[in-house]
Amino acid sequence: MTEAVQALLDRIFRDEWGQVVATLIRVTGNWELAEECAQEAFAAALQRWPEQGVPDRPGAWLTTTARNRAVDWLRREAVGAAKLQAVAALGYESDEPYDVPDDRLRLMFTCCHPALAMEARVALTLRTLAGLSTAEIARAFLVPETTMSKRLTRAKQKIQHAGIPYRVPPAHLLPERTPAVLAVLYLLFNEGYSDVVRSGLSSEAIRLARLLVQLMPDEPEAAGLLALMLLHDARRATRLTADGVLVTLEDQDRTRWDHSVIAEGVALLDSALARGDAGPYQVQAAIAACHATARTAADTDWTQIAALYGQLKQTPVVALNRAVAIGMADGPAVGLRLVEDLAAGPLAGYHLLPATRADFLRRLGRLSEAATSYKEAVELATTDAERRYLQKRLEEVSV
Amino acid sequence: MHKALYGRSVKYLLMICGDESAEAHANDGCGGWSEEMEQRGVVEGGAGLRPPSEATTVRVRDDELLLTDGPFAETKEQIGGFVLINCADLDEAIEIAAKHPAAGYGTIQIRPVL
Repeated sequence: MTEAVQALLDRIFRDEWGQVVATLIRVTGNWELAEECAQEAFAAALQRWPEQGVPDRPGAWLTTTARNRAVDWLRREAVGAAKLQAVAALGYESDEPYDVPDDRLRLMFTCCHPALAMEARVALTLRTLAGLSTAEIARAFLVPETTMSKRLTRAKQKIQHAGIPYRVPPAHLLPERTPAVLAVLYLLFNEGYSDVVRSGLSSEAIRLARLLVQLMPDEPEAAGLLALMLLHDARRATRLTADGVLVTLEDQDRTRWDHSVIAEGVALLDSALARGDAGPYQVQAAIAACHATARTAADTDWTQIAALYGQLKQTPVVALNRAVAIGMADGPAVGLRLVEDLAAGPLAGYHLLPATRADFLRRLGRLSEAATSYKEAVELATTDAERRYLQKRLEEVSV
Repeated sequence: MHKALYGRSVKYLLMICGDESAEAHANDGCGGWSEEMEQRGVVEGGAGLRPPSEATTVRVRDDELLLTDGPFAETKEQIGGFVLINCADLDEAIEIAAKHPAAGYGTIQIRPVL
């Protein structure tokens, strides 16, 4: 097989997998069967297409092939005639668009149902919607493949036995269920963002968020989340030095940010904000946009950023970020006072608290106190990149 | 579509649990919950229970009958009542459980029936 054909098949697999599985789940009500039949359909395509050429509508071909496998299986199992008919009818509606976008949205809401554990929601979304293999998901979350396989099986069994409905929730449930879907995608993005090795997870999250925006065009928070991801992702290449030390926003090379991605994020955000009543993802995206559109670090509109943090629910971490923004706007002495106020609270033991205190002390020229705080932060840091950055700072103020 | 295709309804046991402080609510009644649910036709049965101190736990091991005074496990949360419901799906079961007054002070476990 030529590389071009392989690349085409890869792309089709990524684009169509979720749709094929989602449709098969709807008509068979059986998650395992849907996945198996989709797998077989893609295997058949891999065999046939390189010789016979790719059909005009590859998605329709795959869905029909998967459906035929399901019919065979159900016939062997002699299940109820009604279900068999429903499966057989699929694909004969040739004048209808085969692509009922609702199926993927249904699948997304079901995978992200709050009655499932968060880790199960994430794994299920990656497996059924994004088409990652169990082995790939296990690698991404650093667990043995058997553990991940059990996690997926348990989740699918719970959906079936506990009667988790396969649907887009009715309007009165959407205000609580939509954030549940967004939370899964954002967690996925952050898993990939905090770790270079797993950056593939961020790309999957962005791909799924794009799909969600397409399926829920009237949901500004979906657009807000996609904008937030894009605005962070545009800076990905500059976040670490070549040898893996964290580079803070202030010191990042802004010419290396992906400015077309930033433009896309800002445009998405603007059209979402135009609907009024911005939700938390739009507010966070607006903060990211303030950073991403500042020509230099000194140009950053910290007053605006502080005001935006004020609009978010005041969790301890948000309060800390707000303190940073106020300190950058009104001077390090003000910032230091706000950070000291937070020290007694639930942030004790969180490395960014001493790191922030150290930063303000350094800006005030109180270097020996800064060194003490940097030392504390180094000990609490959770990633190697952060630890090495803080160590470097510690050495600078200790000279 | 889902319901029409599978024509299915699911049975769940709602286990109403609480710690000792929940006993204060033993005679509260259900504040109209039972009436509403009876009317919706989702309730198949259920009852409130006397306190765990009046429980007797039974085991048979090697043909020997072993009795213990009190509940089997000394956990803080004890079952104080149960309701068997029959409804469309887990979303409806969650809605029914969340409306029960005990959800406001104790916990309600939803268990699908085999």
